[in-house]
Amino acid sequence: MAILVAFSLATQRGFGSLSYGFDISQFRLVGSSLYVTIFVRTLVMASIGSLLTIAVGYPLAYWMARYLTTYKLLALLLLIVPFWTSFLIRTYALKIILDPKGYLARDLGINILYTKYAVAVGLVYNYLPLFILPVFASLERMDWSLIEAATDLGARPFTAFRQITLRLTLPGVVTGALLVFIPMTGEFIIPDILSGGNYEFVGNVIGDQFQQAQNQPFGSALAIALMAVLSVFVVVYILFARKEERFGG
Amino acid sequence: MARRVKARHGFTAWAVLVYAFLYLPILVMVIFAFNKPSPPALAAYHGSNICGIPPAQIGNITVWNGFTSCWFSAGLHDPTYIPAIIVSLQIAALASVISTLLGLGAALALARMRPRLRAPFDSLVYLTLVVPEIVIAVALLIFFVQARNYLHFFPELGKGTILLGQVVFNASVAMLIIRARFVGMGDSLEEAAYDLGSGPLATFRQVTLPRLMPAIVAAFLLSFTFSFDDYIVPAFTNGTTNTWPIVLFSAVRFGLTPAVNALATIMLTATVLAVAITAVILRRGRVQATPSQEQAPGLDAALGLR
Repeated sequence: MAILVAFSLATQRGFGSLSYGFDISQFRLVGSSLYVTIFVRTLVMASIGSLLTIAVGYPLAYWMARYLTTYKLLALLLLIVPFWTSFLIRTYALKIILDPKGYLARDLGINILYTKYAVAVGLVYNYLPLFILPVFASLERMDWSLIEAATDLGARPFTAFRQITLRLTLPGVVTGALLVFIPMTGEFIIPDILSGGNYEFVGNVIGDQFQQAQNQPFGSALAIALMAVLSVFVVVYILFARKEERFGG
Repeated sequence: MARRVKARHGFTAWAVLVYAFLYLPILVMVIFAFNKPSPPALAAYHGSNICGIPPAQIGNITVWNGFTSCWFSAGLHDPTYIPAIIVSLQIAALASVISTLLGLGAALALARMRPRLRAPFDSLVYLTLVVPEIVIAVALLIFFVQARNYLHFFPELGKGTILLGQVVFNASVAMLIIRARFVGMGDSLEEAAYDLGSGPLATFRQVTLPRLMPAIVAAFLLSFTFSFDDYIVPAFTNGTTNTWPIVLFSAVRFGLTPAVNALATIMLTATVLAVAITAVILRRGRVQATPSQEQAPGLDAALGLR
């Protein structure tokens, strides 16, 4: 396995399709305004998607950990069941739901298919369970008597939540957010299906370079650029994790 | 007190909404498996079996046109879907077995390695998890093509390369799950076995392996699911082989019939039944109430928590 992993890394660094010369012109192209726009768009959308996922998912994880007892396992299982249907079909079904001729658009006036809103819905939909599971795990490990102690000592519920629950589950939230953020930046199917090609991510461009344009060096350059951008986030995360280890519980 | 009850109801309502959001598309998928072609398409079509209609002429099927159940047999006899599903099943089965074995070996080796030696391996494993899949897929494609140029025994782009590509990712996941369990259970029982005169092999077989079993099963199932549903790696490294997600994606782009929904519905039903039956058997087999924590390390390790 280590060999395979090492190979995959080696090839990521090697641009070998036509000539092996050291040539940075592909990277210059990545820096051109069109692609920078797509990069920024991808990162912004992935951030929005992750934040929305947190907003939707955290209360659910909290509910599962705090209020459920007998049905906890069932609730967990119900989060996993959607994964047993191909995400392509689920995304297609979302498209049916959002279709301009469908009920949502006709009767409620929510006509968002082929816009960035549809892409955001698709991102949240597909990555929600992936975020909830780690957050649930960290909420599960929390000691609820701390909250009781805090309220007994006169803390208002919200203050207790902010100072104890949120603080203790922050590592889980950050892990979960990173776990959905990274694949979101590499996503190319959801934008493709739900935006109808109107709203491309970096992933779409990379895919096109390899599958249609046959411009492998440029595609690789884009892929490396994406990795470089993401590694910044990963480094921040590792620093955060170190700090948590030192000071956090 | 009243406020607390209110908060509780608020959370429950939110949870119901979120679950509805998660399941609405699946419900739509099942309902639209029974959808008829659009009325104009039906009027223009003169065959006896309305599900034999070519996808290009099916008309608008994103609205409800009426009930039919013929898509199920149409799907089961489809000349492209069924072989693709079989290919996907084969690849997923092989990939998950290989990944689990590799993951098991790596977990055992890494968990007891000296930290300084371990660090580079660890970072390699995590790297496969934090790099977006499309980057891995692109790298694999370049690698496979190049490798074939120099080493002739290397497989052509096809089933073999898809398999190899998925093993890279899945083995890392399997390794993390199994290692979390392995580290978590400590080595006191193994030492006891050695003290009682058991050899290394017997100890592994009788002590270590049974206790690792939940994690091994979790790793296997997770790899299988990932592999079966994976689009990105196969899309780049497939050559001319079609897997189920690849067929699905082109269907979604260029015209999909409800036969796809029908097949997906069948698979979902089969999976849910299989899980339900397994759960019932496990519950019966469980003489003493084993705490449900057995499952937990697998789950949170799967998500990179440890």
